[in-house]
Amino acid sequence: MSEGTLPQPALAGGGAVRKLTQPGLLRSAGVRFGVIYATLFGLSAVALAGFLWWSTAGLLDRQITAELQQDADSLVSVYFDEGLPGVTSAMKDRINGNIDDDALYLLADPEFHLIAGNANAWPAEMPIDQDWGSLRVKRDGLDVLMRVHAFDLPGGYRAMVGRDASVRQNLSRLMEGALFWAAGIAVVLGVVGAWAVRGLFRATIADVSATAMAVSAGDLSRRVRVHGQDDEFDLLAETINDMLDRIGRLMDGVKQVSNAIAHDLRTPITRARTRLEDASIHAKTEADLRQAVDRALVDLDGIVSVFQALLRISEIEAGARRSAFARFDLGAVLADLAELYEAVAEERGMTLSSDVTQGLSLFGDRDMIQQAVANLLDNALKFSPEGGAIEIRAWQDGALVRVTVTDHGPGMQQADMLRATERFFRAEQARSTPGSGLGLALVQAVAQLHGGEIMLADAQPGLRTTLVLQSSLTDDKSATLTAA
Amino acid sequence: MRILVVEDDKDVANFVVKGLREAGHVVEHTPNGRDGLFMAASENFDAIVLDRMLPGGVDGLKLLETLRAQNNHTPVLFLSAMAQVDDRVKGLKAGGDDYMTKPFAFAELLARVEALTRRGKSDAPTTKLMVADLEMDLLSRSVKRAGQKIDLQPREFRLLEFLMRHSGQVVTRTMLLEGVWDYHFDPQTNVIDVHVSRLRQKVDKPFPQPLIHTVRNAGYMLQLEEP
Repeated sequence: MSEGTLPQPALAGGGAVRKLTQPGLLRSAGVRFGVIYATLFGLSAVALAGFLWWSTAGLLDRQITAELQQDADSLVSVYFDEGLPGVTSAMKDRINGNIDDDALYLLADPEFHLIAGNANAWPAEMPIDQDWGSLRVKRDGLDVLMRVHAFDLPGGYRAMVGRDASVRQNLSRLMEGALFWAAGIAVVLGVVGAWAVRGLFRATIADVSATAMAVSAGDLSRRVRVHGQDDEFDLLAETINDMLDRIGRLMDGVKQVSNAIAHDLRTPITRARTRLEDASIHAKTEADLRQAVDRALVDLDGIVSVFQALLRISEIEAGARRSAFARFDLGAVLADLAELYEAVAEERGMTLSSDVTQGLSLFGDRDMIQQAVANLLDNALKFSPEGGAIEIRAWQDGALVRVTVTDHGPGMQQADMLRATERFFRAEQARSTPGSGLGLALVQAVAQLHGGEIMLADAQPGLRTTLVLQSSLTDDKSATLTAA
Repeated sequence: MRILVVEDDKDVANFVVKGLREAGHVVEHTPNGRDGLFMAASENFDAIVLDRMLPGGVDGLKLLETLRAQNNHTPVLFLSAMAQVDDRVKGLKAGGDDYMTKPFAFAELLARVEALTRRGKSDAPTTKLMVADLEMDLLSRSVKRAGQKIDLQPREFRLLEFLMRHSGQVVTRTMLLEGVWDYHFDPQTNVIDVHVSRLRQKVDKPFPQPLIHTVRNAGYMLQLEEP
């Protein structure tokens, strides 16, 4: 079969096959992943900067505050011990001891006249009722930012301690600059990273999409590359490849069956057609004509029965008939079949003996099991020589039920046994006997529906066919059926 | 008998109508589901041969369901190209009495239609069947011919019972498989012929007049005269 006969993907109808590499920018999953990456990257950069800020400038701030509070507390306690002069001298001591000249000490009376301190006047810009604040103070001709703490002393006196906060200011200015640049770098890195992620994403799925496109265009031999890293993408690739393998096998099966149909049905159709045409041209009497028509009818009935068998097999394979599953007495079913066929065997000078375990029960489709076993018996009768013995046995084997039909005919070649369940397969020595080559294919379909299989073996001489079935097959569907 | 054929395929319909008329029946035909429903509901028929896929908005299933909802129990035989087992089950569930798939042999169709009409009539339970000098007692499960007892296996008894219940009618091999063995497939082997021939050995052979006749290309018939 050439590729030309494969169904071509429809290109009309709004571009059923969109080119996977050129989606709209906003619709592109790659862009989406990139944006998500950039956003996450930006957010983490901001969080990092915030933490840095808090742990440097913030820490400095908190240290100064704690120092000022401590200073103020000790001055208050000096006041209680030694009074105003004590505070004044303590302040002087501290001012003199302050080598770095980064401290501010002020003491004022209730009218805010300066009593002691290292400034010219009580800072006017500090509101009277405010305890904490920042002041610009002129020191040595330089404008210095100070963090100050004002507090009351008994008797209406007010004191102020302060520390140079320009270090913190410098630091925060430095940090601001750094953070600004860092933000810029983060944006650049985010964009570059997003681009890289998008590219990576595309590169990873490019092979998958290329393979899928090739397959949908009809090339079923293409497979997704597995990189051997055993990662998620390899897993995906393997899953897709397994799926493609299965599709390929199914396609082969379909191809094989349609070839077989074309070939195997052509013969009887040709025969019927020839017969009719021959009669139409050459028949001399009405009786001749009638006979030819009748025989053509028989041929056509044969063709119909092949079709029916094929449809039934595919119906069974589709699993559509699990709906008819129920528990039934397999022993009774087999006894009936044995009785039905025993008469035929006897008429042909053969014997049919049966050995079936009492009370053998099966959860399955009664009609289908009947047909499957009937097919096996049909075969056994067909290939047994006169005087031959046929045995049917059935017994429970753990969770399985085994049904064997044994004949002592010519048997089957080992190589043929492997192919015996293929549709339309007929062993070389069976070609002269009537049949369509679908009997065992149906038996196999029935066995598989019942979670089992069919096995062929040499009965020395003859053929032993074993039907293996799950005696209580339960899946979700049948479980609900039994519950209902 | 009056038979209604609802079938949209012209060739199939002509063939069926012609065949049924030749067999001595009065046949009405319509190719359309709606008309079919109207005729089936308003007139009295002994049997209806019904296609499933019909034009006119009313398909065969719908037609039958409507008919049964009106408490009309005219025997219905589906004649359909829908051959899957589930289709058959659906047809019988909807109230169909028999289901045949296309393509079909006319002899089979005729035999089944005639069997249906017979079934419609004999509602009362019978305990005794009689054909000529052949007697079957269903209660004691014994068979006599010309006063002489005949020993039958259980399956042979049921086979003869089926033939006697349809005496004077053609009974096909498929009908026997379904009716006597409850099998819904066609074995490749001539199993039915063998069983009928065994029955003949017991029922016909010892007596001068055969009762079980073979009808060529169709099946068997149990009656006194040659068919």
